[in-house]
Amino acid sequence: MAFDLNRAEELLKKAEKQGATAGDLIVVEGDSFSAQVRLREVEKISNARGKSLGLRIFFGKRSAITSTSDFSHESLDRLVSDTCTLAQITPEDPFSGLPAPELLAKSVPERDLADTDVEKLPIEEKIDIARRAEGAALEQDPRLTNSEGAEFGHYHTLVLYAASNGFHGSYQTTGASLSVMPIATQDGQMQRDYWYSSRRKYKEMESPEAVGKTAAMRTLRRLGARKVTTQEVPVIFDPEISSSLVGHLASAVSGYSIYKGASFLIDQLGKQIASADVTIEDDPTLPSGLGSRPFDGEGLPSYKKTVIENGVLKTYLLDTYSGKKLGLASTGSAVRGIGDPPSAGSSNFHLKPGRYTPQEIVRSVKAGLYVTELIGFGVNMVTGDYSRGAVGIWIENGELAYPVEEITIAGNLKEMYKQIEMIGNDLNPWRRTAAPTLKISRMTVAGN
Amino acid sequence: MTNKTANSPTNNPEKPDQFFLEKYGLSTSSLESAMGKVLGKRIDYADLFFEYLTSESISLEEGIVKKVSKNVSQGVGVRALAQEKTGYAYSDDINTDQLLIAAKTARYIAEEGSSSATVPMHQVTAPERNLYPVGTPPIEVPVERKIKLLEEIDRIARQYDPRIKKVMASFSSEYKIILIANSEGVVIGDILPLERLNVTCIAEEQGNRQVGSFGGGGRYEFGYFLDEQRFEQYTREAARQAIVNLSAIDAPAGGMEVVLGPGWPGILLHEAIGHGLEADFNRKGTSAFSGKIGQRVASELCTIVDDGTLPSRRGSLNCDDEGTPTSKTVLIEKGILKGYLQDRLNAKLMKMPLTGNGRRESYAHSPMPRMTNTYMLAGESAPEEILRSVRKGLYAVSFGGGQVDITSGKFVFSASEAYLIENGKIGRPVKGATLIGNGPDVLTKVTMVGNDLSLDSGIGTCGKDGQSVPVGVGLPTIKISEMTVGGTKS
Repeated sequence: MAFDLNRAEELLKKAEKQGATAGDLIVVEGDSFSAQVRLREVEKISNARGKSLGLRIFFGKRSAITSTSDFSHESLDRLVSDTCTLAQITPEDPFSGLPAPELLAKSVPERDLADTDVEKLPIEEKIDIARRAEGAALEQDPRLTNSEGAEFGHYHTLVLYAASNGFHGSYQTTGASLSVMPIATQDGQMQRDYWYSSRRKYKEMESPEAVGKTAAMRTLRRLGARKVTTQEVPVIFDPEISSSLVGHLASAVSGYSIYKGASFLIDQLGKQIASADVTIEDDPTLPSGLGSRPFDGEGLPSYKKTVIENGVLKTYLLDTYSGKKLGLASTGSAVRGIGDPPSAGSSNFHLKPGRYTPQEIVRSVKAGLYVTELIGFGVNMVTGDYSRGAVGIWIENGELAYPVEEITIAGNLKEMYKQIEMIGNDLNPWRRTAAPTLKISRMTVAGN
Repeated sequence: MTNKTANSPTNNPEKPDQFFLEKYGLSTSSLESAMGKVLGKRIDYADLFFEYLTSESISLEEGIVKKVSKNVSQGVGVRALAQEKTGYAYSDDINTDQLLIAAKTARYIAEEGSSSATVPMHQVTAPERNLYPVGTPPIEVPVERKIKLLEEIDRIARQYDPRIKKVMASFSSEYKIILIANSEGVVIGDILPLERLNVTCIAEEQGNRQVGSFGGGGRYEFGYFLDEQRFEQYTREAARQAIVNLSAIDAPAGGMEVVLGPGWPGILLHEAIGHGLEADFNRKGTSAFSGKIGQRVASELCTIVDDGTLPSRRGSLNCDDEGTPTSKTVLIEKGILKGYLQDRLNAKLMKMPLTGNGRRESYAHSPMPRMTNTYMLAGESAPEEILRSVRKGLYAVSFGGGQVDITSGKFVFSASEAYLIENGKIGRPVKGATLIGNGPDVLTKVTMVGNDLSLDSGIGTCGKDGQSVPVGVGLPTIKISEMTVGGTKS
């Protein structure tokens, strides 16, 4: 690391000399590599190195934040004085400030977030991983005629956080991912779908062949898609898609959405907001989890919490600021970008698996929709109104019958969570935001 | 190259090359030697992209300025092309060591190409025109002035109606200096200002809460928002939309006639056809429009262009991120598909002319074909006449975002302000309407085109392959004889 804690403290001290009452800084440094292959040929190789530093300075209740990727001494010195100047002209915010020292994490626990094995592989081998995945996809069926390619990539990041309240800590993370997007053709109709595997550790990834086969299966099952007529039916969300539903919930329970009034879940703490079968945990301590972290973005300990228990909203996700705004304590959920003040967000946000197999869930539907993809941004977080473009498979008499597209599904999230009627046993715990197969008892499908 | 003492990025606003020379010691000869390291015998083309970006963001909520931030990012991207292969590397240290590491990766794709070519660099050229001359870049306007503007907006929004309970406003600006050097000896630089003001209001009445948003900007000076009280118009527009939505009923579901209002609803063109005409998808045969040049894909009423040369617009550029001057490209002429949007890689492989659409988010990304400002030319119908012609349908005047599946051609976009049309008259507002259609099909159903073309207010950001770039759209009022509306009322 080009940057260390001594240098961090030196910068915070410089700010103090200029009259700052508090400050913190975050440094993220890392490199990444990716290889893309299309129709078995190398299409693109990329390599990247990057670093950036975010500095926040307080003058009492006034504050400002700056960031830079220029780490030269002159530049960082100037950054400190610029930030001080900026902070002093910013209006006071009575709720601003760093967390109290007694709340800070006492240690940096091991979360098993890094494994650098993959970095040692020769470039040829990395290209071959992408090539094998795409090859496995394309050889599944002659209707797989084209491809948007396969990509294998990995990254290694170092994070350092230091604050004038006495906290300092750093940790490393790694990640590797592989994705394939084949294209299938039939009767002049072209369809694409994808599959991927993404893990902290290369050795825990699905094999290239498995990723390719799943991508092929998902693409082929879209061929021959048609529209359906407008009607109200049960809708089943494939785990790929149900994760987006809990993702909306994760942003709706962020303290910031709540105090801004920008959430359909305001004033719902302690109330039944979802079906009694729904329990959701946010767990930053999950070993090797993609959303895991040893401490939060303000240096507070991170811990596992139940956000929704049997359908009842138990807690919001809070950092120090949004907690103060709502008269609550931080839940250690601060997330901190480089050039932005902390906010509150989820870590590994998982809806606990239920007792049904996905097949049992499909069998329970006489006529309805199994959704495999959603497009568009028709989610209104203030009202919960939900209307998105959908792709999927029509269910007839408990069987997946034929693919459908150019339809929309619509409802309201407030109702949809309460109408979760069946929960699958197929949670993928490797996803950051995840849910098993979910069945919603009724939604409007719009088509012809 | 060595890191020299940093100068203010705006010392030489007319001379980006001077800036990089003074700050990083990048001379013509250092560019030549860096280029020599990238080039091997099997490399067809290479370029270096230097960037220095300063940006600022100020936001207000609950009457208090909550965030003031300033950010600086710098870096260099090195690219080498060998047939269909791209090698790309970047670093945020602009110095010789990093350039060499980057060059090694970039040329990896040419396999054992060993010889280093020498490319004499031409004199640095400025773009042929300046579409966005600014005296004082918005980022240099004192922060206090911007804070005052946001506080003023908060006051105006609350005065608009007592039911406006929450106001969020933000001002962001950036100032980007770029220098592009390529293996054909061309060195070109540009300086790009960009600013945006956004206002969001939440209205509340008896437990019913609704949101309204409006914003705009472009490559202007700060004074643009003060001219004609533009910031007041934005504020009232956001407040008005939130209040209108308080009385909105659930949107209908199913196929019906749809009228799109002028301006921002042009996002339809961006999603329905723009992406499908980007050259990369067409070269690979993965777009629903592949192989359709010369064919009818829209009604005769439709002529659609992509135009990067409009002064000061958000999507405009003097030259694209590969140094090619932007142009006005006809995509569809009277219903016939005419052209693609090209970057260097795809134009070369397809043996087609460059159109100035090679764009990238930053030095950390390699260029791709992207849109600039995409709009439909005006027709002859009066907007009132178009509305009068609809017995039962939807009138959509403002939208959130849209998305397209290039391969199947299916696209969606979501209305943030829409009304029912009954017997030629605008009726109740509806909420939660998403429109879905099929790209190669939807414009064939355009049955009336208004005489009221307008461009959006400058809010568009387009995402592709994880890269975001500012874009513009425009549309006259149009009628589509049938589209699927995704609401809850079947």
